[in-house]
Amino acid sequence: QRRSRSMEAVVSTQSTGVQVAAKKEETAATKTKQVHGEKNGSTREVPLQKQPRFYPTVDNKKPLNNRRTPKPTKLRSSISPGSVVILLAGVHRGKRVVVLKQLPSGLLLVSGPYKINGVPLRRVDQAYVIATSTKIDLPALPEIGDAIFKRKGKPTKNEKEMFIDNTPEEPKISPEKVALQKEVDALVVPVVKKTPMLQSYLKSRFTLTKGQYPHEMKF
Amino acid sequence: AVVSTQSTGAHGDDKGKLVAIVDVIDQNRALVDGPCSGVGRKDINFKALHLTPFTIPIAHSARSGAVRKAWEKAEVTKKWSESTWAKKLASREKRSQLSDFDRFKLMKAKQARNRIINIEFGKLRNAARKAKK
Repeated sequence: QRRSRSMEAVVSTQSTGVQVAAKKEETAATKTKQVHGEKNGSTREVPLQKQPRFYPTVDNKKPLNNRRTPKPTKLRSSISPGSVVILLAGVHRGKRVVVLKQLPSGLLLVSGPYKINGVPLRRVDQAYVIATSTKIDLPALPEIGDAIFKRKGKPTKNEKEMFIDNTPEEPKISPEKVALQKEVDALVVPVVKKTPMLQSYLKSRFTLTKGQYPHEMKF
Repeated sequence: AVVSTQSTGAHGDDKGKLVAIVDVIDQNRALVDGPCSGVGRKDINFKALHLTPFTIPIAHSARSGAVRKAWEKAEVTKKWSESTWAKKLASREKRSQLSDFDRFKLMKAKQARNRIINIEFGKLRNAARKAKK
C-alpha cells in the first residue's frame, strides 16, 4: 500500500476505517496557492505537511498492542505475613525467620528479628524457604519497599584517577537501614516474646538428624 | 469372631481401623465387618489384617447388626484404645504430625527431663563410689 496524500489520512483510515472522517482531515490539511503562468490554472492544492523525502519500500507491520502488566509472583499459600520460615540458602541458612510481607518485586521481606538471630531486614525468594505452620500476629509495620535494598554502583574513575584510591570510607550498612531495623524489631520482638519458647525457637537453627526425611516431615 | 486391625493394605482409607472377621472365604481372604469403626462389610486379604487379642462371640456369616451388638457388648473399642498397642499407634501418628515448632519444644522437653534424670543418677553414682571407698 502506497501512502497517498497526507500521512495523517492514511493513519486515520488504518485505525478508524471511516472514510468520511479521513476526507475531512484531508481538506483541512491542504492549502491553496496561487500559481503563475497563463495556462497553468490559477491555483494549486498544496498539502500543508509535505510528504517525507524518504519512506520505506516495504510497509512494515505494526506490532500488536501489548497491554499486559506482569502480575506479582504468586505467593505460596503456606506463606503469609507473620509466618515463621526456614531459610535454606545464603549466609543465614538454617535460620528460622519471620516473614514481614511480600515486596512488589515478588520477593519476601524477612527479618530475624535481628535482635534474636542476627538476620536483618532482608529479601528472600520464596523458593529458598521452607514455610512452617507457625504464625505470629504482626502489628502494623512501616512501609518498606524494594528501594532500600538497591545496591549503589561503584563510582567510575577516569584514567587519571585509576590508580589513586580516592573513595571515601562508606559505612557498610546505611544508617537509615539500621534505624528501620530498630523500628521494625521494636514492633516484632514483643509479639515474639508473647508465645512461650518462640524466641529460643527463632534463635536455634534447623538441622536434619538421622532418621529425619524432609519429605516425610510436617513443617 | 476375631477382631483385627487393618494394616497397610491396598485399602488405604481404612488403614488402622478395627474390624471383626466374620467369615473365612478361602485360604487368602476373609469376610470382614467393622460396624463400630466405619468399615463396610467386605472381603479382604489376610495379609492386610493384623490380629488383635480381642474376640467377640458371633456366629460365622453373622449380619452387621449382630456384629455391632456383640461388639458393643464386649466394649471392644474401649478395650482397644486402652491397650498399649493402640497407644503406641496413636503416639506414632502424633509424632508424624508434629510441626517444626512442636519438634523444637519436644527436644527442649526431652533435654530438661534427661537433665533431671542425669542429676539424680549422678548423685546415686557418687554415693555408691563413696560407699565403695
